[in-house]
Amino acid sequence: MKINRRNFLTYTTAAALGGAAGTLLTPVPWKLMDDAAIWTQNWPWTPVPEAGPVSYKPSICTLCPGGCGIYVRFSGNRPVKIEGMKEHPVNKGALCPMGLSGLQYLYGPDRVRSPLKREGKRGEGKWKKITWDEALAAVTEKLASLRKLEEPQSVACITGMEGGTLPSLIGRFLTVYGSPNLMRQATAQDAGAQAVFLTQGKQGTPGFDIENADFILSFGSGMLDGWGAPGRMSRLFGARNTAQRFIQIEPRLSDTAASANRWIGINPGTEGALALGLAHIIVKESLYNKHFVETFTFGFNDWNDEAGVAHTGFKALLEGYGPENVSRITGIQEALIKSLAREFAGSSRPIAINGRGKGALPGGMNETLAVHALNALMGNINKTGGLYVIPELTYAKWPDLGMDGIASRGMRQPRCDGAGGDLFPNSRFLLNRVPTLINTTKDGSPVEALLVVDANPMYTLPDTAATRKAFERIPFIVSFSSYMDETASYADYILPDHSPLERYQDVPAPAGMSHQVISLAVPVIKPLYDTRHTGDAFIHMAKALGGFIEEAFPWNGYEAFLEDTLQGHWRILKKKGVVEIIETPAASDRFTFNTASAKYEFYPTARAGTGKRDSDVLPAYAPAILDGDEKTFNLILIPCDSIRMAGDHMASSPFMTKTVDDTVLKKQMTLVEINPATALKLNLEEGGKALLKTPKGKASVLIHLYEGIMPGLIAMPRGLGHTAYSEYLANKGTNINELMGPIEDPASGLDMAWGIRAQLFRV
Amino acid sequence: MGSNGHHHAASTKATPDSAIQASGWGVGLFFMIGFAGSLLAGWILFPEMLYSKKKQPIDFNHAVHLETVSDGCDSCHYFEKDGSFTGMPDLSKCVDCHESAQTGNPEEIKFVDEYVTPGIEVPWLNYSKQPDCVFFSHAAHVMGAGMSCESCHGDIGTSEHTRVYEENRLTGYSRDIWGKNISRLGKPEPGAPLPMKMNDCAKCHEEKTGRKGACFQCHK
Repeated sequence: MKINRRNFLTYTTAAALGGAAGTLLTPVPWKLMDDAAIWTQNWPWTPVPEAGPVSYKPSICTLCPGGCGIYVRFSGNRPVKIEGMKEHPVNKGALCPMGLSGLQYLYGPDRVRSPLKREGKRGEGKWKKITWDEALAAVTEKLASLRKLEEPQSVACITGMEGGTLPSLIGRFLTVYGSPNLMRQATAQDAGAQAVFLTQGKQGTPGFDIENADFILSFGSGMLDGWGAPGRMSRLFGARNTAQRFIQIEPRLSDTAASANRWIGINPGTEGALALGLAHIIVKESLYNKHFVETFTFGFNDWNDEAGVAHTGFKALLEGYGPENVSRITGIQEALIKSLAREFAGSSRPIAINGRGKGALPGGMNETLAVHALNALMGNINKTGGLYVIPELTYAKWPDLGMDGIASRGMRQPRCDGAGGDLFPNSRFLLNRVPTLINTTKDGSPVEALLVVDANPMYTLPDTAATRKAFERIPFIVSFSSYMDETASYADYILPDHSPLERYQDVPAPAGMSHQVISLAVPVIKPLYDTRHTGDAFIHMAKALGGFIEEAFPWNGYEAFLEDTLQGHWRILKKKGVVEIIETPAASDRFTFNTASAKYEFYPTARAGTGKRDSDVLPAYAPAILDGDEKTFNLILIPCDSIRMAGDHMASSPFMTKTVDDTVLKKQMTLVEINPATALKLNLEEGGKALLKTPKGKASVLIHLYEGIMPGLIAMPRGLGHTAYSEYLANKGTNINELMGPIEDPASGLDMAWGIRAQLFRV
Repeated sequence: MGSNGHHHAASTKATPDSAIQASGWGVGLFFMIGFAGSLLAGWILFPEMLYSKKKQPIDFNHAVHLETVSDGCDSCHYFEKDGSFTGMPDLSKCVDCHESAQTGNPEEIKFVDEYVTPGIEVPWLNYSKQPDCVFFSHAAHVMGAGMSCESCHGDIGTSEHTRVYEENRLTGYSRDIWGKNISRLGKPEPGAPLPMKMNDCAKCHEEKTGRKGACFQCHK
């Protein structure tokens, strides 16, 4: 055997084959494969959470008005998780998907990282990074110039929060500047607050003692779909106390309805009629709390005023709401109306609750009054298991305002939304009226400069097209949003606030809670970006405006303002994070009311006035007149809420969108729910494409057949269809506000819409 | 074409076949050389090359410490109130006893001089460190299932010197995770730490609980 030039290759091949065969019998290939896989995990660009000792910082979730207690889990200096706080009185450890994914609102890609000035056309997305000094100077200059023109009332501010000291601070700023136009989008809680004022004469929010009620009658409130404080609700309804009876009345089998003892389908928008129908039976069969009604209420029976004029009472109003009539309106069988009324009245602590879904829409005032009247008939006012009033917090007195003629004249101008005026004296703000009011102004806009804080009206206001048209006419828009939302992306300047985990915020009166709980959200982490607390921004602008405006703000920053304002509470809040005020008033004080009659008013005299008939004052059933011709638009579109989606100014987190079923959102398209019977008539199939048209707009949708929705209705999820933010949210489905417009409640001016006429075509 | 082929045939004829062509024996021999060589390389050379050998910063004597402390392993490796496991104690725990040297032991003196006095954490090399994608709860195993430290970590408590730390050059993890035995066949020696690859976890879980367990139990 000789090795030469010619057989060398053959022998080498043989050796290589031998080597390969041998290698297969060694650990080399298997071990290297495994190690290579692990090697890829440790590439320097692979994201790995910061390592470090685990710690927890307590705070409050401020993503919705629920005010649940949270613990932020840290790994080293990095927040890595949010958990519910077991010892917090609102949620006792429970937390909703939004709260749990709260970190995405800190790290998310849609944060505004520094002050921005618009470069291109409005909404084009071209921005110039500017400094805080430049940004604040630009806004201050505009405000100063409008004052110089003696038009301070042309400045308006939209806020998002329902309570707390920041809206008070901004209100103080606007007052001393000379504008009455502080607004926010009213919710069912605001309608409830107005009902409390009309019936009890108190400024405060309604609180429902669901914990201690033994019969819960919900007029469409989404207990498990985001109504009230979701942490509290999931604690109460997630694993329900079986001793409680829970009846859900709504046109669609929601997650809430599915958890109820009984779901009663009702024609949408007729809840007020049902409440009166139940009251009719309760009064007719003498099942009401006679002691309470006779001693502590006004306007139950017919009455004569001082001038001797006879007036109709609540009892007489009810005569028109016999079971036959109410059954025709609501679509609920007479026998069921009767048995429901008897069961409600026969319980020892029944409670009636309203606010559809999450309570995003206020609904008609008469409807809210009718539901409150049910609680009053049973005497369940300000007592265990009943309807409480959480009084508005009285803050420490701030230094008196010195104002010049311009400011005083500005403050005397009518509000740009008409709230508090002759038409709607009992409403505090009516943002829903503003787009129409601007669009119908002949020249220019009543609003010259708009400041938007913690709000996203260009997404959340009904009738998106009209809102956009109105905003086009506002010459100067400033957003203080921490996120590139629809309004921020349309603004001229963005002065970004810190994100919720980076800032102080006091949270009084958690939505729906039966007693006062004041919590304090504290910054758990230093701001990641070049952002500033909006409170600080306003104090800075006040100081820059100088003179008596500066003098109205003697604080060097928002924290100092907060400390000064909360006074005694501040120390406890700093230490414990929460102040719980459980007042159990003496029986004598409990039924003290601040109305004209000093009683609970079934006949709300605050609504009476010149030209008002008894039928205008009493809470008669006043259906919303839906837009659209009934023949062309032969179906009705209603929004539906889910705990997995947010429709408010804080949009869903990417995580929440991930939890949405493919029967709700599929390949960037919204699915609408219709009953199979409706689908049969319209020749529509499961998953099929359709065109949904309403008098306000149209959208391409997919069809989802659902036995749990009444025939003739279309249900569309609220919270989809964003056009701004990042890829995680934008262009996914349809925003229902593009299809639905507001309906002005003649009694309050609040938006009483619950749906809109619609048509659906197969495409 | 034709002429080329003819030329080729002619040239091969010039030398005898046996000298030019590879013999069957030769092929077999070279195959065997390659085969045996790769076996030797794969089983002996490869493990030597794959792991670098590192010394712990301090030659720690577990046996001596275990004699002195009152609470066994728990004296230094304990659970926090929230159930999280401290793992290797940090310097502050060591300082509880070693603020100054207790003995004349050169390793202890080195420890005090180089770490305690300047207040620097000891860069211990962790034989059991798992990748970041693995969530392991000591509480579930020790407090929940009542397992002893030894059942996974071996008789480390009786060791008088720290072992050489063999670090995988590719992955950066300790050789202990794969197991000392490169083939992963057979059982580890008594008293040796158990291998800690995912399959090892799954195997034990299957034996003790009847199920390998779901992915998200460990990969959160």
